Amino acid sequence: MSIIVSISKLSKTYASGFLALRNIDLDIRQGEILALLGPNGAGKTTLISIICGIVTPTSGSVRVADRDIITDYKRTRAMIGLVPQELTTETFETVMGSITFTRGLFGKSPDASYIEDVLRSLSLWEKRNSKIITLSGGMKRRLLIAKALSHEPRILFLDEPTAGVDVELRKDMWNLIRGLRDTGVTIILTTHYIEEAEEIADRVAFISQGEIIVVDDKVDLMRKLGRKRLVLELFEPLRFIPDSLSSYKMELKDGGRYMVYTYDVHSERKGITALMTDLGQAGIRYKDMTTEQSSLEDIFVDLVRRKS
Amino acid sequence: MNFRGVFAIYKFEMARTQRTLLQTVVAPVISTSLYFVVFGSAIGAHIAEIQGVQYGAFIVPGLIMFTLLIQSISNASFGIFFPKFTGTIYEILSAPVSHLEIIIGYVGAAATKSTLVGLIILITSGIFVPLDIMHPVWMLVFLLLTAVTFSLFGFIIGIWADDFEKLQLVRLLIITPLAFLGGSFYSIDMLPDFWQNVTLFNPVLYLISGFRWSFYEIADIPIAISLGVISFFLASFVIITRWIFQTGYRLKN
Repeated sequence: MSIIVSISKLSKTYASGFLALRNIDLDIRQGEILALLGPNGAGKTTLISIICGIVTPTSGSVRVADRDIITDYKRTRAMIGLVPQELTTETFETVMGSITFTRGLFGKSPDASYIEDVLRSLSLWEKRNSKIITLSGGMKRRLLIAKALSHEPRILFLDEPTAGVDVELRKDMWNLIRGLRDTGVTIILTTHYIEEAEEIADRVAFISQGEIIVVDDKVDLMRKLGRKRLVLELFEPLRFIPDSLSSYKMELKDGGRYMVYTYDVHSERKGITALMTDLGQAGIRYKDMTTEQSSLEDIFVDLVRRKS
Repeated sequence: MNFRGVFAIYKFEMARTQRTLLQTVVAPVISTSLYFVVFGSAIGAHIAEIQGVQYGAFIVPGLIMFTLLIQSISNASFGIFFPKFTGTIYEILSAPVSHLEIIIGYVGAAATKSTLVGLIILITSGIFVPLDIMHPVWMLVFLLLTAVTFSLFGFIIGIWADDFEKLQLVRLLIITPLAFLGGSFYSIDMLPDFWQNVTLFNPVLYLISGFRWSFYEIADIPIAISLGVISFFLASFVIITRWIFQTGYRLKN
């Protein structure tokens, strides 16, 4: 897969002295969905804003389709669509007027059938002549996506696209994003909903305190950094783990009613068979057992904790 | 050149005029009519001709210039301030449009609107007083040059202002008094010597004087100096706007 966005040693210090980004290096592949995950103030929006031209970098460079975003900004920006985090719309304008404005602003000739397709795909066609002030929050969110798509971008940045959006609409948006990816659009999204990244991203980049901690394929990441837990529901609560089981990485939960064994997903020997035998010998009986795989959120929290 | 981008901004700004037609077009017509009723008929009837021109006709260039200044500044400052205020400025900043193209779009639209209002006032004035425009080309040159120059000034104010109070501040506290005291309703010859000299420091005097010359060939200031002063303002505002975009002042972090 070729690289569509290449970020090299990118740093940003705001006038207040706040260091938002430190030496970011990141390559974004053409046609992928990359999720940028990080806590508030991690630098996600700053990173997106620099690539789109809204914020000026302090140092470093960004190339889009092998063109510099500063010296060749007209060509790079023409390729990019941005859906901002805030619901910023031209309150008194109509839906159609607003989208037509964006398409023209990006230098594209009018294309009524394309705009109709975009509006229909976002269930906004019926509202095309409505003033934006009359739209609901969810509709405004969809309008922002429609505006970003109105000039047929090759790269789409979505900054918290599903913030404040109901479950049904969120799923519609995920389908839309997948559909766009299938047409070759590269998608970069920031999100607070880690399950969102888990659901639709091909790759995940974790940002914390202005640095990228890890970037990897989502499946590989969960395999490499993920852990599994075996949870046993006991017949009799235990006060402590017997010495005979001390070699296992175990802990008691919920007043000793549950025993939790954490093991590495990809280790050769997970020791479950031996554990079962040892439990029997220790006279510990259990009613039920379940296994849980650590989520992207667990991995993220673990990485951020290790970093700090 | 992203002509479609420039046109998109221009069209978008002009569409706002259509939405606020009463405020933009009808209000200046009414206020101009009131000026003529009060100054032209009621008071003007008791004032002698000024340099051979009937008082009602004498104030026409000043009234047009007065409205032109206020409208240019208001339209342009609001045009760029509103997207900053609502946050939609992100779209302009992330679009493939150059600084020059942004200025042409916003300032062009503001200047068009104020010029149209100026022409509407001119036509309205014709209903009340006999108009005689001796240099129509120069009249248009002054009209357009002033509209562009002060729309650019309004654009600068719109970027500088970070709240609605500041947006109105320059217009209400500086431009309006200067316009009133710049010879809109009188010739500076009518003032005592001391105030004549003070008035020479009022830049609006030069705009009104030049514009009035294009109507009646009478001027407080030589025409070349009037043109020079407008050109000086234009050059100054261009330099400031260039600096704003180069530094990202109040536009970019």
